[in-house]
Amino acid sequence: MSKIKPAKGSPYARILGVGGYRPTRVVPNEVILETIDSSDEWIRSRSGIATRHWASPQETVAAMSVEASGKALADAGVSPEQIGAVIVSTVSHFKQTPAIATEIAHRIGAGKPAAFDISAGCAGFGYGLTLAKGLVVEGSAEYVLVIGVERLSDLTDLEDRATAFLFGDGAGAVVVGPSDEPAIGPTVWGSEGDKSDTIKQTVPWDEYLGKDGGEKFPAITQEGQAVFRWAVFEMAKVAQQALDAAGIAADDLDVFIPHQANMRIIDSMVKTLKLPEHVTVARDVETTGNTSAASIPLAMERLLATGAAKSGDTALVIGFGAGLVYAATVVTLP
Amino acid sequence: MAATQEEIVEGLAEIVNEIAGIPPEDVAVEKSFTDDLDVDSLSMVEVVVAAEERFDVKIPDEDVKNLKTVGDAADYILKHQA
Repeated sequence: MSKIKPAKGSPYARILGVGGYRPTRVVPNEVILETIDSSDEWIRSRSGIATRHWASPQETVAAMSVEASGKALADAGVSPEQIGAVIVSTVSHFKQTPAIATEIAHRIGAGKPAAFDISAGCAGFGYGLTLAKGLVVEGSAEYVLVIGVERLSDLTDLEDRATAFLFGDGAGAVVVGPSDEPAIGPTVWGSEGDKSDTIKQTVPWDEYLGKDGGEKFPAITQEGQAVFRWAVFEMAKVAQQALDAAGIAADDLDVFIPHQANMRIIDSMVKTLKLPEHVTVARDVETTGNTSAASIPLAMERLLATGAAKSGDTALVIGFGAGLVYAATVVTLP
Repeated sequence: MAATQEEIVEGLAEIVNEIAGIPPEDVAVEKSFTDDLDVDSLSMVEVVVAAEERFDVKIPDEDVKNLKTVGDAADYILKHQA
């Protein structure tokens, strides 16, 4: 039997740099109130959201990703030619073929890296990060670009008072590369397909396009109370498992970056997890809204940019959403 | 041992106080969670989860919307507690 030579990987992987892009247009709750019967106070009390960014026609999924990637590469000190794989997580790129990852890879000047899209909703960043870590450690790529990007404003029903205010647009990217020390912990991830109707697109594309018109464009809808219960109480267990798997006690944690779904979910998770006072909690949702796969890298970038967190801090990240799917891990911040 | 109606209302009053900051003495059977006690739909989920733990009962999401008043919740728990 012939012997196959394995790839030469790195003992460990780490996040080397992070970058974000938020669309220029800032949308306050007043704009949302033009299409729903609600109030600024109600929206803030239910979600903690005051403003969000909505993309212009020029701020496409690819354009936002290229901007975020450029910042992440500069932050990492890695050149585009060194990137061996580009992983893009999105649910709001409306052209399925080809994958948007290839265009992004080309536009950042990355040469010919492996490039593909994944669909894991609001857990997309954690799924992508886990794949990236695997590629670096196994040796199929030395440096991997992971992008979470959404234009959820395109999938928002502006007349639905339960969701019209929730979503925002943006892109977040990280560069994952080799490390001599563990800097990305074990991922606790999974799916609960029995709850696939809890968060979903209202109508499939083929059904929508087959109709004569007058039908509402597909949007993301959710069962608010069921999502809240799952997100707070089940995801707190997953977050704790990720801490345990990484051998990190809550006292040793510096930063908590949950998916920025809703401030109420974040606050209840912090309470349920009994996180110590000293832990910095990402609350980017207030001015960014829920940007699904982009929310964790965007929040990470902002915490580092404002000095609320620093390079080398130990952070617990957890994404959760439509699927239902989830992914949690502990990382060393770049 | 299963809790009595009175004990359940008392327990719910403590839970509502903890979650929404409402004085326990304001929590009575005829009070509506949303209209009288300032418990919105998301806080209601927290109340339900706390009640599940305290009274060893399962309250599925589809039943939560039927629990309008403290009395509704107390009756439900009385009927379903282990």
